[in-house]
Amino acid sequence: MVILGAVLTQILHIALMLAAPPLVVGLIRWLKARMNGRRGASPLQPYRDLARLLRKRPVLAENASLVSEMAPYLALAATLVAAALVPGFAQGMAFAPVADLVLVAGLLALARMALALNGMDAGTAFGGMGAAREMSFAVFAEPALLVSALSFAILAGSTNLDQIGASFRDGALGLRVSLGLAAVAMGAVALAENARLPVDNPATHLELTMVHEAMLLEASGRHLALWDYQAALKLTLWLALIAAVFFPFGAAPAGSGPLAWLVGLLAWVAKMGGFCLALAVFEGAIAKMRVFRVPEFLGAALLLALLAAALLFVSTGFA
Amino acid sequence: MLTALALGLVVLGLLALAALAPMGRLAGPVVLGGSAFLSAGFALAAGGALALGLPEGVLVLPFGPAWGGMTLALDGLSAWFLLLLGLAGLAASLFALGSPGRGLVAWPLFLGGMGLALLAADGFTLILGFELMSLASWALVALDHREAGNREAARLYLIFAAFAGVCLVPAFGLLGALDFAAIRAAPPEGWRAVAILALGLVGAGAKAGLVPLHLWLPLAHPAAPTPVSALMSGVMTKVALYVLARLLLDLCGPVQPGWWGMPLLAIGAASALLGALRANLEDDTKVALACSTIENVGLVTMALGLALLFRAADLGPMAALAAGAALLHAMAHGLFKALLFLVAGAVQHAAGSRRLDRLGGLIHAMPLTAVAALIGLGAAAALPPLSGFASEWLLLQALLGGWRLGEIGLQVAAAAALALAAMAVALAAAAMLRLFGLAFLGRPRSPRGAGAREANRFELAGMAVPAVLTVLVGLFPGLALALAAPGIRVLVGPAAMPPVVGLAIGAGEGHSAYAPLVVILLLGLALVLLWVVVRRHSPAVAERGPAWNGGFIDAPPEFVFGDPLSQPSAAGMAQPLRRMLGGTLLAAREAVTMPRPGDPRPARLEAGFEDRAALALPTRTARLRDAVAGQVERLRGLTLRGSLSLGFATLVGLLALLAWLEAR
Repeated sequence: MVILGAVLTQILHIALMLAAPPLVVGLIRWLKARMNGRRGASPLQPYRDLARLLRKRPVLAENASLVSEMAPYLALAATLVAAALVPGFAQGMAFAPVADLVLVAGLLALARMALALNGMDAGTAFGGMGAAREMSFAVFAEPALLVSALSFAILAGSTNLDQIGASFRDGALGLRVSLGLAAVAMGAVALAENARLPVDNPATHLELTMVHEAMLLEASGRHLALWDYQAALKLTLWLALIAAVFFPFGAAPAGSGPLAWLVGLLAWVAKMGGFCLALAVFEGAIAKMRVFRVPEFLGAALLLALLAAALLFVSTGFA
Repeated sequence: MLTALALGLVVLGLLALAALAPMGRLAGPVVLGGSAFLSAGFALAAGGALALGLPEGVLVLPFGPAWGGMTLALDGLSAWFLLLLGLAGLAASLFALGSPGRGLVAWPLFLGGMGLALLAADGFTLILGFELMSLASWALVALDHREAGNREAARLYLIFAAFAGVCLVPAFGLLGALDFAAIRAAPPEGWRAVAILALGLVGAGAKAGLVPLHLWLPLAHPAAPTPVSALMSGVMTKVALYVLARLLLDLCGPVQPGWWGMPLLAIGAASALLGALRANLEDDTKVALACSTIENVGLVTMALGLALLFRAADLGPMAALAAGAALLHAMAHGLFKALLFLVAGAVQHAAGSRRLDRLGGLIHAMPLTAVAALIGLGAAAALPPLSGFASEWLLLQALLGGWRLGEIGLQVAAAAALALAAMAVALAAAAMLRLFGLAFLGRPRSPRGAGAREANRFELAGMAVPAVLTVLVGLFPGLALALAAPGIRVLVGPAAMPPVVGLAIGAGEGHSAYAPLVVILLLGLALVLLWVVVRRHSPAVAERGPAWNGGFIDAPPEFVFGDPLSQPSAAGMAQPLRRMLGGTLLAAREAVTMPRPGDPRPARLEAGFEDRAALALPTRTARLRDAVAGQVERLRGLTLRGSLSLGFATLVGLLALLAWLEAR
């Protein structure tokens, strides 16, 4: 029964993760438009965009290699596996034993590498520039992410996302300053990894300011659809990750029945909606920063994460 | 078993002699084929011994120094590194068969020297093998001595090799005995142990390329012919790390205090960061790969330092985790770095250059080499499910467990080391993307590069061996660690269990685990499903057209490869990291010279960097040498009486030293 529940929740989670991303992106765009005083496109617009792109015939650059054709599939597959590992509305899903935070970071690095290779494949100026910048941002984002993971490892005794969520949900830890600091650090990393403001502008069409879009300039048709979907899935994954670690409340515990799943599902939808609103408000209030200010932004995140770990060293030392 | 291995070493020596014989065109195939065969034999013997049981006892050779024969033994640590030597030696020898020619005498001696150093069971034999390895590799570095740059590299390499020897000989001398078993029975203590730590770290570190003694490595490794570069980066640095581990973790034993791990952790972290950053800034493929070697050597040293810290804190499973990370990463790096150097050699062969600014678009001409390169680069960039990710996962898990050390100073140090290691891993990924993207993707950057052909079959075979092994180690890290278990026990104690969960690896009871088979299965499933679903909804065949490039106009027709300025250059790809990190760490600079309006001269952007250690070390040493020489010069002005009293005082001093040593 427990195994059946684990498999069922896992399948449901993957289905949710597959269906939700365009809606998440559409909702954020719609909320931003509303706050800017515009009517905005329907939150369902990204689904229509994807369907339109899939119908179109892709055009490849003359000297593009197999990399341009394979990279979108590889990136999306890696992101999808990572998304399947991150706990969602329920805990104790079938993949829970392998749901390691370092592995999720590795899979996202694989997707990032595929994206950067795609950017360099056609041999164009913007693609190379975007690829170099994307990899440089990761140099500052990865340490911040892993040092945040250190705080979880101290509190939960493991970097397994399911165990972290379970031990944080039980509430034995109470409200901790260090977790707040780690949450801010993770939030900054999430903004950088998803090419959101203030690191990159997801709505820009001015090439010089782009990082993520610059690597996709040569993609078209189904390849562009795959890339757009991958970006949306990655954003959903990060929101789910932050929800799973810092807001595990309401998630159905391992081995629970359908009623608890329904409660967990509602709680998850509410959390994701709240994150979308928060992101829209944040992006409406802030401007994009210069590319060479990004290390300071992410360096601050790293310092906060280190501070969180140091506070834990001190408090566990006295306890 | 030991006799067979000793015979193998002797046959390598005979091969070197055979290379001197007038065999004409047969010499290359005989010597290199023999080396490949013997390397495969070493790998089989070491792997078999690790899997089935290690030979007991010590083999005393019938010759050696005046006080007794040389001794050989094969324990878990030796066998693990001998396995690496065999596998990488096989790949490099096969690759060399593709264009045999020079350096045939030194090649088997180089392999034999490394084998002797690994099999040694006493200090004398180890130093003998180590120095044989250094000298033979120096001869190979100096092969292309007609180029001034290579002469300079060989000279610098010789100086550093001699320096390493000068430090290692007293380090082994201070151990109190030569025989390893006798040393383990009575490990050094007090100031002697500290002196051994310092001398061993400096001596082995200089050979392994640890910061700040890494200056020679990015010069010497690329100067040698390709198979030699592959062995130097892949295996020789590992032999130096083996000596470090043997000396500090095994021979000095578990009686040493915990702070011994700190210098290793700090130096390893500095090497990892600096090496990875430099790999992003260099514009020569082999130099960039050599800098990446500094990074990986740093990561292994960090893991060894952690193992020392955990062992002293009595955290057995964590110590085994760190030691497993060190051994697995040494193997993974040895294989993928040998592969990458062979790829760089094949590219140089086919496209006529090592400079990234003269390569480009090679994936069309050399598809098989490109696949091998992707495997190597993926492992170097620590991407799952390849070997580099498995070993770096273990290292990161060991660092994430650093808070268990209890003392707040150690905890903070481990957290800082975690941040630096994560940064180094991400930097390595950026460097590997830059290497592959500039060399294999995009458009050709030179006519020679545009006419490249696929590598020949020997070269492909040489690349296939480490490529397949990199994938296998990545998919079955649990099996690899089970083989490394005897080595882990040598490093952290006989009770240690390797961090293995079935075929997967795990960070200990109740902790996280990494199962690459599950990952590859899920990835494959997702890929197939995506492909089927997407192609069903979008069956249109892709069309070809000119690159959009943001609307940039087409190049004039005389530009056969398109506009060279609309493709990123090596310096351009390095720009973000040069600006973000290079200024503080590598004294990077950028200067724009903008002529006044109306002035017909072109505007210039000059960028570059300098390794501070590379700048400071030789100049300081030269200044010190001059100062000492100036003082010694004064001796020449001594009177006859002065000279005689100096000689007498020296004699008395030496006799007093002898008497003191006798009395102890």
